[in-house]
Parts: sequence; C-alpha cells; structure tokens
Amino acid sequence: MGRYVIRRLLQAIPTLLGVSVISFVLVYNSPGDPILIRTFDPNITQETREVLRRQLGLDQHWTLQYISWFAGITLRTGDVSEEFTRQDTSCTYVAFLNFTSCDNGGGILRGNLGTSIATNQAVWDRIVERMPATIELGVSALLVSLLIGLPLGILSAVRQGSLFDNLVRVLAVIGNALPSFWFGLMLIYIFGVVLGWLPTGSRRTVSLTNEFDLVDRVRHLILPTFVLALGGIALLSRVMRTETLEVIRTDYIRMAKAKGVAAHRIWFVHAFRNALIPLMTILGPAIFGVLSGAVIIETIFSWPGMGRLTFSAAVQRDYPTVLGAVMFFSLLTILGNLLSDILYGVVDPRVRL
Amino acid sequence: MTVAQADGSALAALTADPQLQRKPRTYWSMALQTLRRDLVTLVAIGFLVSMAALSLSASIISRSIGVGPNDTNLENAFQQPYLGPYIQWRTGADPTRAPLMLGKSGGVAHWLGTDQLGRDQFVRLLYGGRVSLGIAFAAAALTLILGVTVGSVAGFFGGVVDDAIMWFINTLSSIPGIYLLIIVTAMFKPNPVTLTLFLGLFGWIGTARLIRGNVFKVRALDFVLAARSVGTRNARIMLQHVIPNSLPIIIVNAAIDIGTLILIESALSFLGLGVQPPTATWGSMLNRANNFLFLRDPDSGVSLALHLLSIPGILITLTVLALYLIGDGLRDALDPMMKNMGLTSESHIE
Repeated sequence: MGRYVIRRLLQAIPTLLGVSVISFVLVYNSPGDPILIRTFDPNITQETREVLRRQLGLDQHWTLQYISWFAGITLRTGDVSEEFTRQDTSCTYVAFLNFTSCDNGGGILRGNLGTSIATNQAVWDRIVERMPATIELGVSALLVSLLIGLPLGILSAVRQGSLFDNLVRVLAVIGNALPSFWFGLMLIYIFGVVLGWLPTGSRRTVSLTNEFDLVDRVRHLILPTFVLALGGIALLSRVMRTETLEVIRTDYIRMAKAKGVAAHRIWFVHAFRNALIPLMTILGPAIFGVLSGAVIIETIFSWPGMGRLTFSAAVQRDYPTVLGAVMFFSLLTILGNLLSDILYGVVDPRVRL
Repeated sequence: MTVAQADGSALAALTADPQLQRKPRTYWSMALQTLRRDLVTLVAIGFLVSMAALSLSASIISRSIGVGPNDTNLENAFQQPYLGPYIQWRTGADPTRAPLMLGKSGGVAHWLGTDQLGRDQFVRLLYGGRVSLGIAFAAAALTLILGVTVGSVAGFFGGVVDDAIMWFINTLSSIPGIYLLIIVTAMFKPNPVTLTLFLGLFGWIGTARLIRGNVFKVRALDFVLAARSVGTRNARIMLQHVIPNSLPIIIVNAAIDIGTLILIESALSFLGLGVQPPTATWGSMLNRANNFLFLRDPDSGVSLALHLLSIPGILITLTVLALYLIGDGLRDALDPMMKNMGLTSESHIE
C-alpha cells in the first residue's frame, strides 16, 4: 500500500510537468496584452510600458518565460546584472556565453506561484483568499447531493418498476440535461425576485458591523448549493440504483433471503453496504469536481470563490493568476483520483493494491 | 440437411414457406426493430430532426415573417409573445390586444416576443439553433475522429505507445475541463469555427478512454487471432474488425457527447465567452438575461423579460434531453448484452 501511494505520487510529477507546459503554452500564446490592465492611464508613455514589459519579462520568448515561471530563474542575453539586481533577486553574468542569469527565489518548482499582474498580490494569497468561499459552497453541495441522491437511488431500486422509480429516473435524466446556469437563473427569478424568499446572490448581506450571521449565510447558500448539487443528485441516484440492483442479484442476497433474514436487514446490512463500494470511485473525483465545477454557478450567484477569480483573471489576461489557479486545481484533481483509488482499496479488500 | 437431400419435394415445400423466406436478421436490423418499438426514443429523434429542420429553414421562415435575426426596433423592445394574444384574437376572447401589438411592431408578428433591442426572438432562436447545433455536431465529429483514432491506436498497439498516449490523456484530464475552456475562450475570443475547434480539441479524452478500453477487449477475442494467423495487416485488422466492433459504443457515446457539447457551448456563450454578438446562439441569447431578472413594467408590475429568460433555456434543455434519451435508446437497441440482462434479470425483493 505504502509503495503504491509513493509510486502514484511519483507518477504525478510528469503529469504536473505536462500540465504546466500545456497551460503555459496556451496562455502565453493567446492574443491580448496583460500590460493593458496595469496601464489604463492614458498618460503613461509607450516607453514606460516597454520598461514594465521588460521588468515583467514579457518581452522574452515564451520558452524563457516558462523557465522563469517554472524555476524562478530568468535568463537574458548580455550583461544586465546591474539593471535587474534588486533586493530579492541576485544576478550573475556568465561572460563566456554572454548571458545573465537572475535568480528571483520564486518559481512553481519552489512552490511559488508568482505575482498577479493585475493586483500585484502573490497569486497564492489570492487563491487562499478565495478558497473558503469555494470550499463552503462545494462541501455543502456535495453533502446535499449525497443526502438526496443516495436515498433516492436506493428507494428506486427497492421499488424497481414502480411509479416512484420511473419518476426518479426521469428526473435524473432531466437533471442532467438542465443547463446549470439557466436553472440557477430561473431559481433566482422564482425564489429571489417573484417570491422574495431568498437573496439573489453573493455570500452574505453587506453590513457595517461585519458580524458573522449564520442564518444570513445559510440563506445565501441555499440556491447556489442546490443548483450545484443537481448534477450530483442525478448522477448519484442513477449509480446507486444500478449498484443496488446489481447487488441484490448476487448469491449472498439470495442466500440471505432463503434463510429468512428480515427484508430490512437484507437491505441495510447486505445490499446497501456493498452497493456503496463502487461509489468510492466516483466520490473522490466528485469532491474535487465540485470544487472546480462551480465556475458558472459562482458567476451567476456572485459568489466570491475561485471560479470567479479564474474567470476574471482570464478576461484581464492576468497570466500568473490564471496559471496558478490551473496548477492548483490540477494538483487537487490528481490528489482526488489518488484518494479515491486508495479508499477503494480500503472499503473493498479484494482490490488490495 | 440429409433429409432435404433425400427428399427434393420436401425441400421445395420448405423453401416455399414464407416464414423461411424472410430476410436473415442481422445485428443492425434487430437493433432497428428494437428502436422502432421504443416510443420515447422515437419522440426524441422526431424532436431533434424537427429542431434541425427548423434551424436549417431559418432564412425561409424569417423571410415569411418579414424580419431578420438582427433587425432591431427599439420602439418595440420587450414585446411579449404574440402567440397567446393571437389565439385569444382568433377565438374572440380578446379582440383588441393582438391587433394593437401588430400595430406597434409594424405588422410583424413576433410569435415569441422581442428582446431588449426589439429583435424577434423566434427568428433569433432559429438562427441560434443553426449555430448551437452546428457547433455541437461539428465538435462532436471532431472529438469522435480524434478519440477513435487515438483510443484505438493506444488500445491496439499497447506497450510504449499506449503508455505515452495515456500519459498525455491523464495530463490533459487533470486540468479541469471547464477551466481550460473558460481560459482559452476568454483569451482567444473565438468565432464559431475556433470555438468548435476548442470544444473538439479538449473534448476527445473521454471518447479515447472508452474506445481504448473496448479495443483492449476486442483485441483479445478469437477472430482477431484468426485474422492475425492468416497474415492480415494491422491496419486491416483495425479497420475491418476492431473498429466495427466498437461501433455501438461509438454511436451511443456520440449522441450523449453532442448533448453535453450543447450544454458547454451554451454555458460559455452565456458567460459571454462563446460566439460573439450579434450572432445569436441559444446560450448567448441568455447572456443578458440575468440583467433582466428584475425588469418589470412600472404600471402593472409584470415581469417584462420572462419570455427572454425562459424560452431559450427550455429549448436547450429539451434538445439536450432529446440527445440523452436518444443515447439511452440506442444503447438499449445496440447492446445485446444489456438486452439479455433485461430478460433474465430477477426482479426485486418484496
């Protein structure tokens, strides 16, 4: 087991390397100028822009920029150690190759995601600032989809072929086909605008005191949670129904029936527990899927999470922030897959690794 | 056999029997037969075909109504759908409203109302259907070509080729797909063609995985060994044996894929990242909708833009639903294993 985990973690290294190259190439070769966001002021001259561009390294070939972003080492031709040496950067001039190598102590290799072009904050700080909102929404959506999806799936397997079963299956298909952004808008319209029961967006009511108000938070959470959970409910109820039906066709259930075990014991002790096993494979990716899948819902509900951060960073061409978010979520996805594989081995001793 | 040879007349009688003269039932004819009995799938196919037909004839319909998809009329913005008042007019329930609406719109019947610029929603939905369906079908074709090629190469050759391809697939799939799409569309400002390319280039991974798994299964079967033993080339085995045996999975996957692509395209266009205005797509028609949530008639307090909010969304949902149902129906029709399971399945515990 330990060796398996280590091997998987080692396998994650080339994957992350690939992610960094693919996303970097895509982002840096896109049209548009990230400098524009810093230089909205029309009084700024073209010269200042060029200096800024040079300081940020944006005048270089993208491969050199990649090395700088990845390893924190900037390479430039000629002796420019005077120009680029600052308190956090040390430059050395390699005379016989005629280039200067500057080490700015950063680079994602050393766990530094860089500095945002738009706000000048560290990208990591921006992510940390936004993560709580995303986690809050993601976890509550995951809980809701488990609490609704699992019972629905089991009940419709128990009552296979009944009206309830057919209704659940139809609703699951519709739930999959609903565009989440439109469903969210309709819920805002019905519950927020027409009925006025729930707030139409954002994470909390703006107040002067800034006190933590649980009721207010929950009220803001209800609509986005439900919209985000809808896909999960549809998926879980379908998977749970199939798995339960599969389990009750097995010999040990027939055996239990034959020796007269009470129906509820068959369901809860034998069928339900075994039906849960395959669920582990989708649960791990689902957790991180929920965290990263909230982009659209965060936008509709003005939820101040990671999704909105990435969206606005992409629109502003804030390259470091975009890349930081991509690397962060890729790492989460890889860890999520690993976690679900390990859990699978834990709950099902037959697949010991 | 020997009986038939011994008695020629009995053989003649047998061949004359209409029961025995029927065509042999192939896999595809059996699938078609299952499909013909499946009412839900037939309705879904009918809906999709009529949707496509309506979108294709968008220019004819818009000419007969007398308004183009981008014709604005600011005097007549946010007109409510004409359909209801028209029926009331024809049945005599309300003889004034429909003619008044016609007068305001200059004689044009806006069956599904107008948007914030007075553009006809019905005509825009038709033209938007062209773009939305077109992008989804073209992108699905691209994902199929890429996915089937890469998946069957990986599954068929295995070994180092498979390892390399799987490394690439795992890498690409560990970047959350929607993030990747939002980033590239936000930065590249796509037109319909580039959007199709993006959707296709980032969407083939699931298909490739599926095909690879199936090719692994088929490759181990005896008929592949038999083909190999008579010296058949790899390319021929792949095209003649392996891919045709993956065809059911490919077809089912394609139907569901198109549905998902419609959802993704509409979400991107809704965010303003998809096809840029004034080109209508179903998603981009909802782009301004969240600004209209609170828009009400100051006198009556009735929402002005409910028709702009509800109709495109319902259309997207129904189209995607139709595609998912077609996928399900095709799976039932094309997968004999599932069919057998349905027959022998032992029902529930009472």
